[in-house]
Amino acid sequence: MARVILKGNDAVVRGAILAGCRVYFGYPITPASEIAETAAYYMPLVGGVFLQAESEVAAINMVYGAAGAGARAMTASSGPGISLKMEGVSYIAGAELPCVIVSIGRGGPGLGNIAPEQGDYHQVVWGGGHGNYRNIVLAPNSVQEMADHGILAFALADRYRNPVFILTDGAIGQMMEPVEFPETVVTPPEKEWAVGVGAARRPNLISSILLDPDELEAHVAKLEEKYTRIVEQEVRAEAYELEDAELVVVAFGIVSRVARSAIEVLRKEGCKVGMLRPITLWPFPEPQLRELAAQERVQRFLTIEMSNGQMVRDVRLAVEGRKPVEFYGRTGGNIPTEVELIEQIRCQTEA
Amino acid sequence: MATEATAPKRKVRRRGYVVIREDECKGCGLCVAACPQEVLELQSKLNRYGYHPCRYKGAGCIACGICFYSCPEPGAITVFELEEGEEPPQS
Amino acid sequence: MDVKFAKPKSFYEIYERKPGANKEGIHYCPGCGHGIIHKMIAEAVQDLEIQDRTVVISPVGCSVFAYYYFDTGNIQSAHGRAPAVGTGVKRTHPDSIVISYQGDGDLAAIGTAEIVHAANRGEQMTVIFVNNAIYGMTGGQMAPTTLEGQRTTTTPYGRKKENEGQPVRVAELIDALEAPVYVERTTLSDVKGRTRTRKAIRKALKYQSENRGFSLVEVLSSCPTGWGVTPVDANQWIREKMEAVFPVGLLRDRAADIEARPLEPRPFVRENLHQLLEIPEPGTGDAQAAAAQGAGEMQHVDERYRNPRIKVAGFGGQGILFLGLGIASTGMELGYQVSWLPSYGPEMRGGTANCSVRVSSDLIGSPIVAETDILVAFNKPSLAKFEPDVRAGGVVFYDSSLIDASPQRDDIEAVSVPATQLADELGNTKAANMVMFGAIAEKTGLFSLEEVRQHLGGYIKKKKLIPLNERAIERGATYVREGA
Repeated sequence: MARVILKGNDAVVRGAILAGCRVYFGYPITPASEIAETAAYYMPLVGGVFLQAESEVAAINMVYGAAGAGARAMTASSGPGISLKMEGVSYIAGAELPCVIVSIGRGGPGLGNIAPEQGDYHQVVWGGGHGNYRNIVLAPNSVQEMADHGILAFALADRYRNPVFILTDGAIGQMMEPVEFPETVVTPPEKEWAVGVGAARRPNLISSILLDPDELEAHVAKLEEKYTRIVEQEVRAEAYELEDAELVVVAFGIVSRVARSAIEVLRKEGCKVGMLRPITLWPFPEPQLRELAAQERVQRFLTIEMSNGQMVRDVRLAVEGRKPVEFYGRTGGNIPTEVELIEQIRCQTEA
Repeated sequence: MATEATAPKRKVRRRGYVVIREDECKGCGLCVAACPQEVLELQSKLNRYGYHPCRYKGAGCIACGICFYSCPEPGAITVFELEEGEEPPQS
Repeated sequence: MDVKFAKPKSFYEIYERKPGANKEGIHYCPGCGHGIIHKMIAEAVQDLEIQDRTVVISPVGCSVFAYYYFDTGNIQSAHGRAPAVGTGVKRTHPDSIVISYQGDGDLAAIGTAEIVHAANRGEQMTVIFVNNAIYGMTGGQMAPTTLEGQRTTTTPYGRKKENEGQPVRVAELIDALEAPVYVERTTLSDVKGRTRTRKAIRKALKYQSENRGFSLVEVLSSCPTGWGVTPVDANQWIREKMEAVFPVGLLRDRAADIEARPLEPRPFVRENLHQLLEIPEPGTGDAQAAAAQGAGEMQHVDERYRNPRIKVAGFGGQGILFLGLGIASTGMELGYQVSWLPSYGPEMRGGTANCSVRVSSDLIGSPIVAETDILVAFNKPSLAKFEPDVRAGGVVFYDSSLIDASPQRDDIEAVSVPATQLADELGNTKAANMVMFGAIAEKTGLFSLEEVRQHLGGYIKKKKLIPLNERAIERGATYVREGA
């Protein structure tokens, strides 16, 4: 297939439409707005629905309704907007509805700025909304993966009846790269449990309220059982130059791209450094990290993030204290440069 | 169910009959207050949920449905219309 | 003996979802208006024969458990969000009948935005708004519709307009919008009011079944428990107090002006999806693949310019990002790996703009260009800002018609191109970026002029602009080649 050059924010929507998504509800926010704009342009052409909602809260609740009615539904936003959506995400998780939410990270806290950041790791990966639930979180680091994850996310969402986040940053959202789309056109599965039209749908109830403590506990246990299956089956990570690595860099999103360039340079200098890039942030690639930590040659880990250090806690949990886990971060919307990372990685190696 | 618009006009007064499922009645008294014929009353006895349930006095109902639409319980009140000459069931 | 009035069939016979032993009675308190309204809705759903396509949305509040009772599709929603959830359902299944059942806290406080905008869109749904001037479920707190002076657990001295404002008149608020087809306020306080309510609910649902638009029926209803009075006295309180503040009556019925319209079919489009999405169709791509074979390691390019990291910078409006896209797009068509990363946001609206472009025969790690091989500067601030990032031996192209200084460093190559002036001579200063593209191609040999020309159509959407751009490219190349 020929390649086409697209923005990440654009590619994710076209991927989603190939995956059978025909419903999009959203609200404009930099640096995620092109997602809504692309959906607004293409949805009417493919028999789909696009609606600019009155708020982020309304948008996610429209997604709740559409997902409850059996559609492959999607929304997207950035930092402050994702915060607002969290109410709906909790309900979606509680009611076990499949949907896809794209989060294009920007600088925070508060209004912060619109430059790329990864400070939404906590709210997206560890919860954000109330109650006992988990999101599946994909972390694309290229425009190609934005397209691929737009497709994969819906497959995972339906497989587990769970909200799936695509968590990335303003740089991946805004940048353009060549993309190759698959030939396959997906028709979404029929969902017997959804509300809709026809006598067969009438008994269906979409709900997250379970007043009886024992019933709710049983429901939470059922969710946990599902989460365990997801942990067992859906961890994805990319290993780069890890075969003989003594220092393991852990990075995702745009940072993993810069780190890759830095590692290329350092490798030429003979520095035994490699990278583990989580592709799923939840489930987190704990097995891979645990295995690396058990390797005698691996001396330490260096987590690099565009945040104050959020993923590093997951890395430490996985490494279980077997090896030191260092952290280097930039905030404010600053992307670390290649030179900067070469310096950081080298320092860590010598330390 | 005939709507009001399509209900046939009658010369003779309609005669009805009310069945109250006592265990679904919460004794709120709205039907008693609403009944134009004053043929409903709350009983002094308690139902199994501790309410004084309503009862039909046994005669005088005109099947107007006012009690039905004043009652918050979906199934507590059923109103029947008697045919001409038909006698109400003995309760 | 004929059944004249009985429990509608669109209620469950037995309320299996309701916990506890009593599965035949509803959970509402004695005398509560919710049950009456439920009954009227169920009756209308039954009589209009829409039970199989009805979806009732249970809100947060006492009616959170509406799904115990209605033998229809049911969705429970977050507090205030029912109209948004209903929008999602209705847009997915336009032939469904959506009933958004909401109380006063749900609709008129926490869900104000959702109801106003659903109404304003003319969302094809029926909203039954139960106004009982109090929060029942949470134990009798103030609602947005609580009357002045009314005591609640959060207005223990009575609601004061100076502190809590005055009651919100929802029906009037919705009636201020253009789109709704039908808005009426009714009451449950007397026989006439209940008859009117029953008809209003039926009408609202009928209109939805005819796709006439958004309807809202506000029902003044009692909460004897929350108000601390008997059910019979509660009706009197509605008549005397509530109806004085919330006048009962029809606010609008525009059904006569709106045709009952059939649903427009919205088929799930599968055919020609790649074409519709403007992405390469299955079976294409041979040309690029062949180009990729030929592109190889960029051996034909002078070593200084091989796998370049390019920064293009200038004012917003100079076509900075577009030139970057042109370079990246041409590189892609020739089979290279490319990336294009813009500055974005407010700075691109009237301020400065820049983008990082990489063209590489290898997989691209960082798309961010800090150390720069090729800087293209269209204004003085950009030259000053990015010149220090140019690596020793790198090259700077600058628009000498707008920049009255030359680069300061002597370890870099400087190529002055009066791009804006040359473009002006071609009749359009906006072509300055493409003049520069021609100059870059000519100087670096990264792409041949023919290759640049050949792939213009890949990123220039307005085909009639292509001849101008071709001339601009040629002019820039000639300038570099001949120095004039």
